[in-house]
Amino acid sequence: MASHGVATQHKEGLSNGMLGFILFIASEVMFFGGLFAAYFIARADAPSWPPEELLTADQVAAGVELHLEFWLPFIATILLVLSSVTIQLGVWAIQKGDRAALIRWLFISIALGLIFLTAQIYDYTQLPFGADDTIFGTTFYTLTGFHGAHVFGGVIFMMVILARSLGGQFSASHHEAVEACSFYWHFVDVVWIALFTILYIV
Amino acid sequence: MASIAVPRPKGYQRPVILDWLMTVDHKKLGILYLYTTMFFFGVGGVLALLVRTQLAVADNSFVGNDAYNQIFTMHASAMLFLFIIPVWAGFGNYIVPLQIGAMDMAFPRINALSFWLVPPAGILMFSGFLVDGGAAAAGWTAYSPLARGAGTGLDLWIIAVILLGISSTIGAANFMVTMFRMRAPGMTMFRMPIFCWTMMVTAVLQLLATPVLASALAMLYIDRNFGGAFFDPNGGGNAILWQNIFWFYSHPAVYIMILPGMGIISEVLPVFSRKPLFGYKAFVFATMGIGGLGFSVWAHHMFTTGAVLKPWFGFMTFMIGVPTGVKMFNWLGTIWRGSITFETPMLMALGFLSMFLIGGINGTFSAAVPVDFALHDTYFVVAHIHYVLFGGAVFAVFAGLYYWFPKIWGRRLNERLGQLHFGLMFIGFNLAFFPMHLLGLDGMPRRIATYADEAGWETLNLLSTMGAFLIGVSMLPFIAAVIIAFLKPKDQPNDPWQANTLEWWTTSPPPVHNFDDLPEVHSERPLFDHRHGGAAHH
Repeated sequence: MASHGVATQHKEGLSNGMLGFILFIASEVMFFGGLFAAYFIARADAPSWPPEELLTADQVAAGVELHLEFWLPFIATILLVLSSVTIQLGVWAIQKGDRAALIRWLFISIALGLIFLTAQIYDYTQLPFGADDTIFGTTFYTLTGFHGAHVFGGVIFMMVILARSLGGQFSASHHEAVEACSFYWHFVDVVWIALFTILYIV
Repeated sequence: MASIAVPRPKGYQRPVILDWLMTVDHKKLGILYLYTTMFFFGVGGVLALLVRTQLAVADNSFVGNDAYNQIFTMHASAMLFLFIIPVWAGFGNYIVPLQIGAMDMAFPRINALSFWLVPPAGILMFSGFLVDGGAAAAGWTAYSPLARGAGTGLDLWIIAVILLGISSTIGAANFMVTMFRMRAPGMTMFRMPIFCWTMMVTAVLQLLATPVLASALAMLYIDRNFGGAFFDPNGGGNAILWQNIFWFYSHPAVYIMILPGMGIISEVLPVFSRKPLFGYKAFVFATMGIGGLGFSVWAHHMFTTGAVLKPWFGFMTFMIGVPTGVKMFNWLGTIWRGSITFETPMLMALGFLSMFLIGGINGTFSAAVPVDFALHDTYFVVAHIHYVLFGGAVFAVFAGLYYWFPKIWGRRLNERLGQLHFGLMFIGFNLAFFPMHLLGLDGMPRRIATYADEAGWETLNLLSTMGAFLIGVSMLPFIAAVIIAFLKPKDQPNDPWQANTLEWWTTSPPPVHNFDDLPEVHSERPLFDHRHGGAAHH
């Protein structure tokens, strides 16, 4: 009776880490799915959007208005989409073994991410409504807030990758963490495109 | 990025306590999961006895109304979030890598993180009893507007459930990668043991449903603490929204709570019937079917809101009866004309079979919309959930404990005590929960702290309370059997039950690295093939 050695892992296809990371992103998609569902239901319930008629006399007296600033978020959106391009250029660079280019593109992507966050925080300070001003305010700050937290997480992730690159890690054959980071960043970007569309355009 | 382990200095051994606190070994983490979850099973059980004591007689004032609300809320929360869901992670941790012939889980450190989120979450949830206003008291379903106004204990509850959700989400990804990628040579997906398959489908449900619950909990937290209006119609929100999102998670969650139990009894029944599982592939597809349909039936919890498409959700709920019925045929076909022996794991599995059948049937009653309107929020529903989750899941937990005890701890639990445990628990269970059907049909609402004498519900409630205490008593022979086993030396051979799957190939308990070698895998029963010399002839 022949015996086999002990299995470790299959070597072909996705690595364990990459598969696990993709599953993690799938769970994140479901999390945002719940928040988006809440937003859609709120809009479907509302007789008009923004639901100005829900504001109480007190809120109106306090100067609350339910309207969004368009141009700053629009510019921030362009920068965030651009950062998806730049990190992808970084991935393509390291696939060819060009670590110096990866480091350059990571710096640019991190900078774009930080500019996006700064713009978001500035936008928050300027808006004439808060999270407690009707379902409009609640959904706006919840959706953009959780997204912003993910942008922040993505920036930290990119900083870790940057530090590892500066420390001489990653090569044409070993750069899985860079790809995982880019997947995460693209995911954050796609969520924002969906958010920008439903909050500002539709 | 291959890493090379630096060998420790010869003779170094970590202190025992540190060894358990810092372990990333799936077997030790599995044992920690089992200890932790059985502890919370005990705590939830004590809370259940307080509930039953309060309801034993009419017009009782044993505990006050507020305390009663906290007690039944925390009973359900402990049993569901701190016992049943993580106990499967415990069995899964210990058994899945062994059953597929792997050295460990795919991500051992993430595995440790999954476990170490559970005890703090439990402490956080129960610390609600220390704060002003007491522990969470809005029911485990935490419906708004009740939940929007409840005390601080509910915030602690929300954070605890989010932590447990993170634990099971990352645990689910870990189980999936482990089973997709670390199976022994020759073990195709359709040669995986059934328990692994049920853990796989459970993991898919956890991965996709639990984050949705996290989003609902985040919304509730925002409503309660930052003036949000998600569930507040005054601000344009929608109270029914909570129910939709909550049940979008919590209906798949009932399959998260039962599928691994079905997996365990599908391991036990073939071994003690000396037959292969009847219809292995049908069972796998039925499990996937239950998982898939599980996402399309959530609103059957909400028929009486009038805000859901009742014919659709009623129909889909009936549909779930189909794959579940397939499984009943699998199990009956397995024991049919088998050479059955009645060791304790088999008794527990047969208990599951009969009690889960009742739980399934009374659940199907409630899928009929007009019937549901009559039964909604009555004790009939309480009877249903306990026939499924106690009669089903808890019997399966004990089937698994008696079955795998020799593998995990190298000793066997005493048969006589096991039989006593089963007998008392089986009688106590039916005494406790069968009368609830009748109380529900008579209109007794769930979650009430007491009832008037004139309602005529006292006799059945008293019976139910006696049954609950009998269940409590039935745990004594189990505890005695565990203590007696631990006092004896480890004496179990690799395969005391003449079983089929790879965990029985290695020693009891297994070494740190699990296997020195593996047999050839040509079917879902490699050990059977090996015993009968079949493997070489395929």
